[in-house]
Amino acid sequence: MSVDAATVRRIAHLARIAVAEAEVPHLQGELNAMLAFVEQLSEVNVDGVEPMTSVTPMEMKKRADVVNDGEIPDDIVRNAPETQGHFFLVPKVIE
Amino acid sequence: MTDLTSLTIAEAREGLASKSFTSLELTDAHLAAIEAARSLNAFVLETPDKARDMARAVDARIAKGEGGPLAGIPLGIKDLFATRDVRTTACSKILGNFVPPYESTVTSQLWRDGAVMLGKLNNDEFAMGSSNETSCFGPVVNPWRREGSNTALVPGGSSGGSASAVAALLCMGATATDTGGSIRQPAAFTATVGVKPTYGRCSRWGIVAFASSLDQAGPIARTTRDAAILMRSMAGHDPKDTTSVDRAVPDYEAAIGKSVKGMKIGIPKEYRLDGMPAEIEKLWTEGAAWLKAAGAELVEVSLPHTKYALPAYYIVAPAEASSNLARYDGVRYGLRVPGRNIGELYEGTRAEGFGDEVRRRVMIGTYVLSAGYYDAYYLRAQKVRTLIKKDFEDCFARGVNAILTPATPSAAFGVGEKGGADPVEMYLNDIFTVTVNMAGLPGIAVPAGKDAQGLPLGLQLIGRPFDEETLFSLGEVVEQAAGRFTPTRWW
Repeated sequence: MSVDAATVRRIAHLARIAVAEAEVPHLQGELNAMLAFVEQLSEVNVDGVEPMTSVTPMEMKKRADVVNDGEIPDDIVRNAPETQGHFFLVPKVIE
Repeated sequence: MTDLTSLTIAEAREGLASKSFTSLELTDAHLAAIEAARSLNAFVLETPDKARDMARAVDARIAKGEGGPLAGIPLGIKDLFATRDVRTTACSKILGNFVPPYESTVTSQLWRDGAVMLGKLNNDEFAMGSSNETSCFGPVVNPWRREGSNTALVPGGSSGGSASAVAALLCMGATATDTGGSIRQPAAFTATVGVKPTYGRCSRWGIVAFASSLDQAGPIARTTRDAAILMRSMAGHDPKDTTSVDRAVPDYEAAIGKSVKGMKIGIPKEYRLDGMPAEIEKLWTEGAAWLKAAGAELVEVSLPHTKYALPAYYIVAPAEASSNLARYDGVRYGLRVPGRNIGELYEGTRAEGFGDEVRRRVMIGTYVLSAGYYDAYYLRAQKVRTLIKKDFEDCFARGVNAILTPATPSAAFGVGEKGGADPVEMYLNDIFTVTVNMAGLPGIAVPAGKDAQGLPLGLQLIGRPFDEETLFSLGEVVEQAAGRFTPTRWW
């Protein structure tokens, strides 16, 4: 399988990465090189094979449902590019 | 006094215990070495004041007889590990001046045991790369050069800063991470020892995530013994990482020097590639002979799905990366490129903040997870992964204790030499290491010889799950037979 220019633009949008029109052919070439490389997987017989979900056979531990952290809003927002009080600021969102 | 930077961790530990020198003296010697080696670009942040403070504090503890297992040992930390109040960037522009208000579990355990932090080490952006050329701080230079040549070589990646700094005697050991070979390949390129532990052995909490089902932290050091010493402090259960395994941490150092007599060592025929350089082939045969001379038994084994590991990896890893890296949106931390609306802000920030390799992988990951392609790509790759793991299980079920392979298909290459036209050319570097991540197994790379141009080459040993100890025993046999390799200082 390979991707065309329209698909490259669609993937870029899904990934929320702005891609300039001039970059599309180059990106298309790179993505197709990767897709050509992974194409060989289609020759493997995977009938009846379970997809891997956990590499080590283990039961996931569950934490106790208790409050064990918090009251650190200054820490939470300290790296944010724009804040007001203890809130993150973003452009107005109207849907 | 002999140059303190040339000591191993084991030797420094003795010197500190016998009061031959202090941690502050040891730390100062390394800080001076770092300053004199800036042309290698191994450190992206030097923390001399913090290092001296930590050294003084640990000297006081040692004086009271309270030093831990790593008391006073100066280390470098890959910039993928969150360090409290010390800038952590994953070598990406998108993290900007991110200063974590928390400490990764692995590094907190090193400080608990008395280690001293010298600074943060360069790596490929978000650990995506095999040459350390994708870092936003620029490439790291390998302290090794071809004989009679001044060409700058890469140290491998993604833990290129860690490998380069340890090889150049800038730190006594370093933390690193390995998703497809990022500890073992740079270790092989720099004649250092690199250990990728079993998945779940070290906590991933506080380490910038790349591909969560493959990422694992481990040490890079100058000897197998030093790697074992570091591993003991880095490993252990952490309730904050649900994939971390609740299992006692053995004294890995006790495995050093243990007899390997009677051990069954598998030699996988699928790793004998067409067009493999004769030097790699020779190194492999030599390594097998050393293990045999130490009493191990060699058996040919088959891992039939080996050739599919790398293509399956280039579906699974980008898919997980695209999902992990969704958090970099310009809102909560890091870079922000303003936009007229939230969509523009996201897209502009991510376009500006991600480098080419990261963008490529996020996009391919997005594609293979998108509607209509999930089954054909992602699901199939996860099935192939089951088969790769089964290959190893079958092999271990027949009594094989460990598997011996070359660590890399070549020695270090020049800066700018690979991957310019086709990204896949760079990916092939991980052909021998990536199977181990796909199966969640432990692996160690040990220096084993040099090529005709005088560049180091390494061997890899792959072990059963949670049997790092056997790898340390076997690695020590290789190290004793091959000797140690140190680059000639030119920087």
